[in-house]
Amino acid sequence: MCLAIPALVKSIDGQQAEVEIGGVTRQASIQLTPEVKVGDYVLLHTGYAINIIDPVEAEETLKLLRELSEVY
Amino acid sequence: MEDRILLAHGSGGKLGHDLIEKNFVPALGNPILNKLDDSAVFELCGRLSFTTDSYTVSPIFFPGGDIGKLAVCGTVNDLAMMGATPLYLSLSFIIEEGLPVTELEKIINSIYQAADEAGVKIVTGDTKVVNQGTADKLFINTSGIGIVPPKVNISGANAKPGDKVILNGNLGDHGIAVLSKRQGFEFNVPIESDCAPLNRLVSEILSTSVNLHCLRDPTRGGLATTLNELARQSNVGIKIDEASLPVNEAVQAACELLGFDPLYVANEGKLVAVVAPSDADKVLDRMRQNRYGTKASIIGEVVKEHPGKVTMKTLLGSSRIVDMLVGELLPRIC
Amino acid sequence: MKFIDEYRNQELGKKLVDRIHHHSTKPIKLMEFCGGHTVAIFKQGIRQLLPKTIEMLSGPGCPVCVTANSDLDKAIALAHLPNVIITTFGDMLRVPGSYSSLQLAKAEGSDVRVVYSVQDAVSIARDNPDKSVIFIGIGFETTAPTIAASIQQAEQEGIDNYYVLSLHKLCPPIMKTILDMGEVRLDGIICPGHVSAIIGSHPYQFIPDDYVIACVVSGFEPLDILLSVDRLVNQIETEQPEVEIAYRRGVKPEGNQPALKLMDTVFEVSTANWRGIGPVPSSGLRLNQEYQQFDAENSFDIDPGLSREPEGCICGSILRGVSTPLDCKLFGKACTPVRPVGPCMVSSEGSCATYYHYGADYGG
Repeated sequence: MCLAIPALVKSIDGQQAEVEIGGVTRQASIQLTPEVKVGDYVLLHTGYAINIIDPVEAEETLKLLRELSEVY
Repeated sequence: MEDRILLAHGSGGKLGHDLIEKNFVPALGNPILNKLDDSAVFELCGRLSFTTDSYTVSPIFFPGGDIGKLAVCGTVNDLAMMGATPLYLSLSFIIEEGLPVTELEKIINSIYQAADEAGVKIVTGDTKVVNQGTADKLFINTSGIGIVPPKVNISGANAKPGDKVILNGNLGDHGIAVLSKRQGFEFNVPIESDCAPLNRLVSEILSTSVNLHCLRDPTRGGLATTLNELARQSNVGIKIDEASLPVNEAVQAACELLGFDPLYVANEGKLVAVVAPSDADKVLDRMRQNRYGTKASIIGEVVKEHPGKVTMKTLLGSSRIVDMLVGELLPRIC
Repeated sequence: MKFIDEYRNQELGKKLVDRIHHHSTKPIKLMEFCGGHTVAIFKQGIRQLLPKTIEMLSGPGCPVCVTANSDLDKAIALAHLPNVIITTFGDMLRVPGSYSSLQLAKAEGSDVRVVYSVQDAVSIARDNPDKSVIFIGIGFETTAPTIAASIQQAEQEGIDNYYVLSLHKLCPPIMKTILDMGEVRLDGIICPGHVSAIIGSHPYQFIPDDYVIACVVSGFEPLDILLSVDRLVNQIETEQPEVEIAYRRGVKPEGNQPALKLMDTVFEVSTANWRGIGPVPSSGLRLNQEYQQFDAENSFDIDPGLSREPEGCICGSILRGVSTPLDCKLFGKACTPVRPVGPCMVSSEGSCATYYHYGADYGG
């Protein structure tokens, strides 16, 4: 369920990261995504990064959406 | 001079008098206030508008303003929403003992700046000091008096089908700016409260059109609540267009983070003007020339359908109800 | 906002809607399991756009709504203890228990604080060493790992006044339970997006395999939801049910392994009490032996009283997808967001609140 939104990892300090979305920045815990790197986008849920967003898959989904909308 | 406000400051004795004479009067002084009589005496002619409001915002300092600025602008705007020219304000403080005097001085200075911009005078006041823990640093009450020019007839009950609904700028700045500084939230937003006196904007609208039917400022409860109030009072429907709602990207992002809808977030420098369709464009042009209306836009219209309710055309083109705010806005996980 | 705005494209949305209309030939029932999806669907006005062949039902994926009164009463009883600070997500504040609510307890003088993140609860514990700070742990697999992380953090820092009342629940077991109850014949399920970010898609395999029901893991933006409906229609029309991930940017089939390991380290699976359904084995989480010192369940002496359900409230059957809020005699009359009788009307993503706020059946 649950509100989780994509946020950009700007910097990492131990188990905390500074993340940014639309100009808003916040501290977030990366305890659940220890392999995250600066420049990655994560799904932010209640102050924790719960997953790393896959930009390749994101683009694939957009491609699929465009294709499906042309074909009936 | 003590560096913190003490109970003695509110007891009517020497400390209190010093506070008034050394802090309040020099900053806010005017011929009526300076008399320091039990009440202010002045002459007025015409239809009077009278309002009161109490301010309990926490924290008392936030990006773009403080409780003092809010206390002036909020009451000035309540008068302005009736088309009144605001004239005089009363100012009451309930101060929690221990408040640093420097903070009080900053707030008094904000009050002065806001009153000066709005062109109003603080003519009477009161100060009470209460025990620690019984007031959250500082509460302020302001009451205001203004004069409604002849022939001006603005009321929430005057909206007519066909009228256009105009908003003067971005939604949600104030609520998000305040929340960002509240303990437990701590996110950084490049957003300041939009707190501002709107009386001059209103008089410019009035000088442009005699067909201004309703004015309201969407404060607590946000735009959604205000539009519902108007729809009910006038017994009309209101339709708004999601794509036309102006929201700053950072406010949108903060709302996404917390699970808020910008339609419900408080504003303190916004107004909704409901205007006859013939005058909508010229009112819009005039508003855009005022510093508090540069982003003004038509966001919807008044309709015969679904009286008392507000609907919104979504980004996908379908329609849904926009209800009033229930309870308070709380961040959610789901 | 990146990875959000692109999935709100109006033009693509309208085309997808046309495509769904074109392909959906027979009446089908789809359940969006997750409360977040229910809200998104109503807020975006998706129901009205879909063909009449598609009936949408809302499921029990609202962690607030499925919290049994007996559990909520425990939280409220804890709030009444001296020297206790209750920390909770905003969702729980107004929910009525048998006799009271956290909000009422707060008004009566209890120290109840809403937090955005469970990390804030740990900070409050750190800053108030002479009080017991209890976090009311609700949420499914999206949230449970964050609570596990907070407990490990407290352990690492040597914080000994932090406790969790674990009311966490698991999705796949309750999905199975509802399907086994056989009250609703579903053709497809929109699976939760962020729960799946943690658990992956494999746990849903039993749905097409054992029940022949289509499954798509969905994101929350308009295009995500429309894509998921399109994919479900496709699976149903071609009679090829499977588990498909439409939310590929956020969900991997294997889920988030570090998060799952962390959950495993701190929690163990237990029986959970589900409103409207009753106790369901292996459907909840409780702190395991190693972390007992953080378990609020066993660390305090409370008497929550006998729990009772509000009369006339049919939240239970709404949560199982058997009824809709419109079937409830109290809906919109005795039960409104201002005076809610049951949790489905209070929770920001409860079916009843959603139907009420967004005007169910409002056709535009």
